[in-house]
Amino acid sequence: MSVVDQEISDLARLSRLNLTPEEEEELGEDLNEILEFAEKINEVDTEGIEPTYHALPVNNVFREDEVRPSPSPKPALENSADSVDGYFVVPRVIEE
Amino acid sequence: METELLDLSLNELQNKLQNSEISPVELVEASISRYQNFDKEINSFVSFNSKESLQKAREVDVSRENGPLAGIPLALKDNLCRAGYATTCGSNILEGHRPPYTATAVKAIEEAGAIIVGNANMDEFAMGSSTETSAYGLTRNPWDTERVPGGSSGGSAAAVAAGIVPAALGSDTGGSIRQPAAFSGVVGFKPTYGRVSRYGLIAFASSLDQIGPITRTVEDAALLTEIISGHDPADSTSLDQPVPEYHGNINPKPENLTVGIPAEYFGEGVDEEVETIVRQAASDLKAEGAELVDVSLSTTEQAISAYYVIATAEASSNLARFDGVRYGPRAQEFEDMIDMYSQTRAEGFGAEVKRRIMLGTFVLSSGYYEAYYGKAQKVRTLIKRDFENAFEKCDLILTPTTPTAAFKLGSRVDDPVQMYMNDVLTAPTNLAGLPAITLPVDANSDGLPVAAQLIGPSLSEQMLFDIAYLLQELSPWEPCSAPLKE
Amino acid sequence: MKNEIVIGLEVHVQLKTKSKLFCGCSTEFGADPNANTCPVCMGWPGTLPVLNRRAVEFGMLAALSLNCEINQDIKFDRKNYFYPDLPKAYQISQYDMPLAEEGQVEVELDGEKAVVGIERLHLEEDAGKLVHSTAGAESYVDYNRTSVPLAEIVTKPDITSPEQAEVFLRSLKQRMEYLEVSDCNMEEGSLRCDANLSVRTPEGELGTKTEVKNMNSFKGVRKALAYEAQRQKKVLSSGGEVVQETRLWDESEQITREMRSKEEAHDYRYFPEPDLVPVKIDSKWQSEVKQCLPEMPEEKYERFQAEYDLSDEATQTLTASRPLADFFERALTGDVSPRSVSNLIIADLKREMNERDWTINDVNITPENLAALARMFEEDVISSNVCSELIAELVESGGDPEAIVEERDLKQISDAGELEAIIDEVINENPDAVEDIRSGADQAIGFLIGQVMQKTQGQADPGQARKMLQERV
Ligand SMILES: [Mg+2]
Ligand SMILES: [Zn+2]
Repeated sequence: MSVVDQEISDLARLSRLNLTPEEEEELGEDLNEILEFAEKINEVDTEGIEPTYHALPVNNVFREDEVRPSPSPKPALENSADSVDGYFVVPRVIEE
Repeated sequence: METELLDLSLNELQNKLQNSEISPVELVEASISRYQNFDKEINSFVSFNSKESLQKAREVDVSRENGPLAGIPLALKDNLCRAGYATTCGSNILEGHRPPYTATAVKAIEEAGAIIVGNANMDEFAMGSSTETSAYGLTRNPWDTERVPGGSSGGSAAAVAAGIVPAALGSDTGGSIRQPAAFSGVVGFKPTYGRVSRYGLIAFASSLDQIGPITRTVEDAALLTEIISGHDPADSTSLDQPVPEYHGNINPKPENLTVGIPAEYFGEGVDEEVETIVRQAASDLKAEGAELVDVSLSTTEQAISAYYVIATAEASSNLARFDGVRYGPRAQEFEDMIDMYSQTRAEGFGAEVKRRIMLGTFVLSSGYYEAYYGKAQKVRTLIKRDFENAFEKCDLILTPTTPTAAFKLGSRVDDPVQMYMNDVLTAPTNLAGLPAITLPVDANSDGLPVAAQLIGPSLSEQMLFDIAYLLQELSPWEPCSAPLKE
Repeated sequence: MKNEIVIGLEVHVQLKTKSKLFCGCSTEFGADPNANTCPVCMGWPGTLPVLNRRAVEFGMLAALSLNCEINQDIKFDRKNYFYPDLPKAYQISQYDMPLAEEGQVEVELDGEKAVVGIERLHLEEDAGKLVHSTAGAESYVDYNRTSVPLAEIVTKPDITSPEQAEVFLRSLKQRMEYLEVSDCNMEEGSLRCDANLSVRTPEGELGTKTEVKNMNSFKGVRKALAYEAQRQKKVLSSGGEVVQETRLWDESEQITREMRSKEEAHDYRYFPEPDLVPVKIDSKWQSEVKQCLPEMPEEKYERFQAEYDLSDEATQTLTASRPLADFFERALTGDVSPRSVSNLIIADLKREMNERDWTINDVNITPENLAALARMFEEDVISSNVCSELIAELVESGGDPEAIVEERDLKQISDAGELEAIIDEVINENPDAVEDIRSGADQAIGFLIGQVMQKTQGQADPGQARKMLQERV
């Protein structure tokens, strides 16, 4: 399998990365090379094998439903790129 | 003379501090002086707080109740959060970022009395094996400044090797503690997955990341591991198991010990000199009474591929939150919401991070998930089984830590696949969640350190420290700082 | 017969835990913007989620009440997409191993019963809230709602009319309220519903479906779906094709319209959440949770019918909400008849609540107060007027009805001796009315009773007054 040009720009959009045409080209080459390397996994027969998502078999870790006072949002708001009246500000998202 | 204080082990420093042979101020001054003399050359720190550290040294009471690290200067990898201090992951996207909380492991060393002198450099978001991808410049190997210190915890390893601090914390996702420790001639330990809380460690790949120590001796690694280990209710994946006193219980017993030697870790791609040195280490253990057996880890070659699929998939998701909305800088010019995200991220991330985000996005995307991510997780099951089968035949596994000694700066940074092969001997243990320690055992003909790796079953920390200590005693390498010139 | 309309619903129900799904922040509605947030729910780097046990149990209760099978092995997954209300740029949700599957709910519409299948119920975290500036180029983000636990309930495409969809939703709300796991308030957003709807083509094939969003009330759901069904039928009958798309219900225009900004082609890249460990629900845990299942609406209805000798309608009204049913049963103290308590609740109490737009939880009258009133009324101590007035008063400000009756001397006059003089007076003062009655105009007696009531400040027993008036005249 390989990543074609179209897919590179789709992937960049899906990843929210603005890429220059040069970057797209370079990344395309790199990704194809890396994917070739990644495909070594196909050398292993995994018929009937379950995936391992967690290295250790631990289950059922919970916290109790207790409220812990939230810190003041002020420092976080001041730390952000843009805020007003207690809100974080972003470019308008149209939703109509 | 004063600066040689930093060549002592944590234990020795602790004794001298308590016997009032030295003061914390002298110790921190020694650290500052080494930093000033050497770090221009190696760039192992992204931030160093001389004034504040001295202030703390003046205030600290080194009596035992104040913890085993009272008055001792340590460094943190730049991906470990400390409330109020810049924590940037070596990235522009977190420039000036000051988290309001402290990582659980960092809290533990602070409570043990350590004076954190600064943050060590790293590959951006821990993605690299050479510490050449940091937004704050590359780090050099103290043994040969034309070479890389390894990565991604290269700053931590170099700072310890250079004697700026006696120990540092790093993180290991596919070898990011062990590989730079090996290249830099110091000890590095990756605990069992879940042994140390990940809370406050800025994630690269959540199912693989573990925090661990980089030290000059095995005993020091045991001491730091003991301090940072334990259950943390803030990390669901941290193990609820008692933490033994590793350091006080080091007791090397080579009798009745079976050491597995996996052929796959000595084969093609492994430098001959490295192989010879590590096989000698095995022979040294045998001479003490250990039995050597051949074991097979047949999926080793594919493990590194599975590792890169899984790690980048998780990373693409973990790094999606850096979008310029809540923290970090925001691009100045953009057209709309999507463009704001995309431009902020384009400006904030370096090339290797972009590469891995794209790869991770690809292997999870619809139509490819099963062939890559799903498949890799199944391969992971077989890797785990390989280790389980091996541990039926042996107590621990001895291997080289890296295929080669430290390579030249710039020699691999443009060749991702060749760079990724650096982790071929370390990443399988992350996939299986196992503990592994690396220690330098000898120097090669270039005078560069060569390291051996010991891999044990889940939660076999104590045994690894025991046998690594024995190997440290047996091997020609003496724990020391690199001979840097001022 | 094939159904003409096919509807499937996707319902998000906010679970009423005290704290959020993965952190200790409060879930309280209406706090200052971003006041209920912390580094964990804001997705600050290095923070990690820890699962709220009660949220899982609330989800289990909800699933059991919908007759779902609880899965023994469940896990959480990341649903990846960028949006400013989603701080981690992924939502922790459940993909292929949801909490529960394969349930069903019986709904009744116009006396006809039908079964709506439940595909699945899974847990996930809510997103934050966006406020859009009216004119400017900005949106404002409030993360208070971020990570509040949700149960997402997906029905099978079993619903055959907009009315049935509304009935299903009301029944769902009733169940969740019975369980006390959610308020299910559509206006406040604690219940949100999206729908998929398709109609049959003239050839009898099931047509392309559209997704309808932005319905903010039960009525809105019904109207939006009715509109959308009509729209699709019109498109098809005029030879056109229904386009698969998302349409938004426009409440003010009462139409659905195509979303103006086409949503991005989503690729959510689900994968198992590595920061959370899997959850195993063994039979022991499941049965412990089952023990907490309260009597559900159907069961309560059956029992009320059997125990209390009430009309169908009264039973229906009383069991519509659990707090109301509880109020009723708590008022059944002493030897007061269920029927008179039920009458007071349905006639008087509900009227007072409706007038104020209150629920039973808002009233200040206690079940014991109501029982006392019912008893006084049954024993003819107070008139029905006094009873109604006292209910109105106590709903507003509370108090001891027996003391008030005593203090204000509100006891009903039903003693013939006491009434006699007043009735004489009324007859003497209203000769015209008396004449009317004598000549057969019965309604005039009501007027005279009214006069009696007025003279006694409502304390006369109207039945007794009527009897005596009739005798005299
Ligand atoms: Mg959902
Ligand atoms: Zn929170």
